[in-house]
Amino acid sequence: MAGIPVHAWTLIEAARAIRDKEISSRELTRALLSRIERIDPKIHGYITVLPETAMREAAVCDEELAGGHTRGPLHGVPVALKDIFCTKGVRTTCASRILDNFDPPYNATVTKKLREAGAVLLGKHNMDEFAMGSSTETSRLGPTRNPWATDRIPGGSSGGTAAAVAAGTCFAGVGTDTGGSIRQPASLCGVVGMKPTYGRVSRYGMIAFASSLDQGGPIARSVPDAAVVLAVIAGHDRRDSTSVDIPVPDFLAATERDVKGMRVGLPREYFAGGLDASVRESVERALKALLSRGAQAVEISLPHTEFALSTYYIIAPAEASSNLARYDGVRYGFRADGGTGLIEMMSRTRGEGFGAEVKRRIMIGTYVLSAGYYEAYYGKAQKVRTLLRRDFTEAFSGVDVILTPTAPTPAFRIGEKVDDPLTMYLSDIYTIPCNLAGIPGISVPCGMSPDGLPIGAQLLGKHFDEEALFAAAAAIEREIPLPRLAPLEE
Amino acid sequence: MAITREEVLHVARLARLALSPAEVDKMKEQLGSILSYIRQLDRLDTSGVVPTSHAIEMGTPFRDDSVEPFGQKEEILKNAPDREEDFFRVPRIIED
Repeated sequence: MAGIPVHAWTLIEAARAIRDKEISSRELTRALLSRIERIDPKIHGYITVLPETAMREAAVCDEELAGGHTRGPLHGVPVALKDIFCTKGVRTTCASRILDNFDPPYNATVTKKLREAGAVLLGKHNMDEFAMGSSTETSRLGPTRNPWATDRIPGGSSGGTAAAVAAGTCFAGVGTDTGGSIRQPASLCGVVGMKPTYGRVSRYGMIAFASSLDQGGPIARSVPDAAVVLAVIAGHDRRDSTSVDIPVPDFLAATERDVKGMRVGLPREYFAGGLDASVRESVERALKALLSRGAQAVEISLPHTEFALSTYYIIAPAEASSNLARYDGVRYGFRADGGTGLIEMMSRTRGEGFGAEVKRRIMIGTYVLSAGYYEAYYGKAQKVRTLLRRDFTEAFSGVDVILTPTAPTPAFRIGEKVDDPLTMYLSDIYTIPCNLAGIPGISVPCGMSPDGLPIGAQLLGKHFDEEALFAAAAAIEREIPLPRLAPLEE
Repeated sequence: MAITREEVLHVARLARLALSPAEVDKMKEQLGSILSYIRQLDRLDTSGVVPTSHAIEMGTPFRDDSVEPFGQKEEILKNAPDREEDFFRVPRIIED
């Protein structure tokens, strides 16, 4: 790998170089920390950078390796986490004022598994406040910028993670996806993002937004890199009652699998009006890539697609309004001054501690769950959720994977949609049905817009069949080579 | 779908959210348009459809009801905005 700067290595290359003692974890970590220092002020992918603890962790990894011991596949590799995963002793804010000084007394299972696999934690990534947003503009610390065009948004809510991966300020990251928050920013930043099947990755210590939809997953610069990270963080956890007790397959091996004979469904509802021309062309290129390797195209229909967004904007806010009831200024986080009694203190704390989008969703959620409206909204949405799930079950009786665009347009400009919640919500129109059905989805780069903005294709799979997605995404990646690192000047 | 100022204030009270008058006005507009949009679900006949609350079908997982000490009381309490000894301190609960 002579000649390639270390930050441009894939995660797999970095892990191998450390194992083969071509570079120490300390050297690699120092190189990435220095890149963060130079590049991150332009991108703002990080909320917290951890130079001291990262160097200490790297030193421990080097010592262990010198003694002939490696912890796991990520031994000594610097990665980072969306600031939604609890990290013991490291401030975890969810990009919200209400958790400004929250110092978690425990690690999320994802954090723990990364550490056990040998990863070095560089820091915590910026995000939309409580993961509510599609542009990382609702962060109380200000937006992250798209490394491909810094006047544009990186997508969201895991925008800090996608931008940092594309900017080469970490080898991979873990984000969360409730309605597209891993896949949409991955698409807009030209990297790979996987939302696993609901229940594949433990939600313990992952700050809750909408519990029946939330799922953690990797963002990386290649499909095999994403497969390695998912294999590390997946698995049953007795601390999350919704985590599923089934074996974790060899995801990396799945990226080598042949796609010959694979049936690729093309839902006509996803290619209707409103789709940007360059997005359409790029997704068609992704299809051609699969066909050239022996896959077959099958036209399908997911008839309830047009109802997915409404269903989501009832269920997700309803669950959020309930989950966010815990932020009351009593046990942790921000507390507002003044006020006379307990109720007033709580109301002021929440009024001052939450940003506009979070308040909007708490209001929607509280409204749809309130007396007299519950059946009309929440009850109705749960039934439509059944119809949406059934659409996928029926489609998967005839196809192995489904190919769609990830987002309707490439990255839009910062500020463009911030005052128009409904238009903003439409950026997740292709990613939301997957969360409602609990199926896995991946976004893989498949093209560039005329102005040089990345475009991703989304592949959806059957419950617990992430392997088919890794196989198909890796085939697209091999057929359509694209730069994964944004051309940033140092 | 129009939503009144009073409804906004009622929901904000239920949610324990103190909103400024400007926020109430904005919320009235935005909630109104979001609610009109989501009412499109009324077009669908869902009679006889079983609701989904969980996307993955699984039984209730059981575990032994045994106590495990967390052992880090101080780590928890140090996050409190206000405390007294080992208690969370809050403003008066019973109002005059």
